[in-house]
Amino acid sequence: MEKIIEVSRLQHKYGDFQAIQDLSFDVQKGEVFGLLGPNGAGKTTTVRLLNGMFEASGGSISVMGFDPMKSGKKIREQAGVLTETPALYERLTARQNLRFFGVLAGMDDKQIERRSDELLEMFDLSHRADDRAGTFSKGMKQRLALSRAWLTNPRLLFLDEPTSGLDPEAAAQVRELIADVRQKEGTTVLICTHNLDEAQRLCDRLLIMRQGSTLAMGSLSDLRKLVSPGMWLEVQFLIPFEKMDQIRAIAGVLSLDVHSLQEVKIEVESEAAIPQVVSGLVALGALILRLQPQEIPLEQVYLQLQNSNNRSYNGHTGGTK
Amino acid sequence: MNWRKIRMIAWKDILEVRQNKSVLISMVMVPLIIMVILPAVMLVIVNTTGSADALNDPDIQMMFERIPPSIAQMLGNLNDAQLSVAMILGFLFAPMFLIMPLMLSSSIAAESFAGERERKTLEALLYTAATDTELFIGKALAAFVPAVLVSLISFIVYTVVLNVGGYPLFGYVWFPLDTWYPLVFWVMPAFSALGVGATVLISAKVQTFMGAYQTSGSLVILVLGLVVGQASGLIYLSVWVGLVLGFVVWLAAGVLFFLAIQQFNRKTLLYQSAH
Repeated sequence: MEKIIEVSRLQHKYGDFQAIQDLSFDVQKGEVFGLLGPNGAGKTTTVRLLNGMFEASGGSISVMGFDPMKSGKKIREQAGVLTETPALYERLTARQNLRFFGVLAGMDDKQIERRSDELLEMFDLSHRADDRAGTFSKGMKQRLALSRAWLTNPRLLFLDEPTSGLDPEAAAQVRELIADVRQKEGTTVLICTHNLDEAQRLCDRLLIMRQGSTLAMGSLSDLRKLVSPGMWLEVQFLIPFEKMDQIRAIAGVLSLDVHSLQEVKIEVESEAAIPQVVSGLVALGALILRLQPQEIPLEQVYLQLQNSNNRSYNGHTGGTK
Repeated sequence: MNWRKIRMIAWKDILEVRQNKSVLISMVMVPLIIMVILPAVMLVIVNTTGSADALNDPDIQMMFERIPPSIAQMLGNLNDAQLSVAMILGFLFAPMFLIMPLMLSSSIAAESFAGERERKTLEALLYTAATDTELFIGKALAAFVPAVLVSLISFIVYTVVLNVGGYPLFGYVWFPLDTWYPLVFWVMPAFSALGVGATVLISAKVQTFMGAYQTSGSLVILVLGLVVGQASGLIYLSVWVGLVLGFVVWLAAGVLFFLAIQQFNRKTLLYQSAH
């Protein structure tokens, strides 16, 4: 599969401060890749380096086949960026904003007009196209900023905290739009976020960063395996089950978390082991009322990884979903 | 270099400036006060009193006494009242005219350069495919062109005010004097460029439009120096002095532009906005 971004052993310093340290990852064509990490982890710096905004102190980068240090302009021509704040010209109308960025991207007037109409419609802003951006709500501003990022039909889109500062409803709407438009246009997307719910919903693969370096990388299921090798089943019994200790002996069971005699969480090796475990429980005389496979939420994975003592999970680079 | 992009950057900045009340007020009020109200008041006083006595100030008398021969020859056949008006509105006011390009270009450049950072729109602009040079030229033109145009229009209005208001006194079209041509077409654009260059440099150090505007406003001291120089008879803005002054200001503006271009690049701008 074609790699749109390839980063190898990237380093960057702001004066004496090492902002990025030995960062390596790649992004496949059509993938939604998430850079996840707390504030100051180096996510925005990475995006700036990928766009050739400044030079890296070490390592190599290739974006759409270009070296950002030599061909930053070519990358910026073919990529769209949504910055952390909408960064709109509030005294200009929505259409004037799009026109301004369209011309700077090298689009001709007809292209700008056609594409602006299309995007304003797609992002439900047509009725406010000739109103000043300053009169828009936060959610509308973010939608307009997204339209701007998508204006040039970019091959690659960088979204820096796309739902930051939005109310839950507007955030959900923006997330839905990103997923929809990405599907329609087949754009490769790199998202920087510290919103774990957003990352879980949108990203095919994730890179968890800490202090400018890689803490872990892979698909969500790969990352889950890093903190818990198996998969959890939540089991509820119809009547109290006395033989809890014997559950451990069932083939495929890794561990047990007993809540009460009627409720237990069982860690099994994999999804394939579930029928075997259920048969084992039935054989022990358990009357199963409810059985629910449980996926570890990204939040738990993330917090466990971030709290691990400087342990790094480099090299765990699972494939795309 | 892509001129369509440069025009668009300038167009956007001018469009934004038109909606900034602080800049708009200075664009209207400064020319109105300096080029219309003050000269009109003076002409009314002279026309009403019918003599130069109303302006019989010791400083003005000292200026009369020290007039260089070339200027004395130009004003040789004027009577006392006409001479007073010509000296004050034709000579003393000449440096005041230069306040305009300086203030206008600084206020627009502050809005364009520091304002962009203050409103947090700078980063999105830097992510565009425009080169650093295109961004710089677009923004510099957005400040330079309106400052020059407004100053030219003000000069035309000033000419009309002086000739209409001065007609009862002179009986003919007496203004502009020859000394004004280098001032308008050579020194004034140089001061506009100086205002832009200085403000771009100042904008790198301050975070807000107001900060940049107020700091660059101190350049007006240069012009006030010329006013005092003329009033004290130390220097007269004759044609030659105008040409030399223009050359010096263009040179200073060139140096400021050179320094400003050096620091106007994505890396420096992002570091500045981060700190």
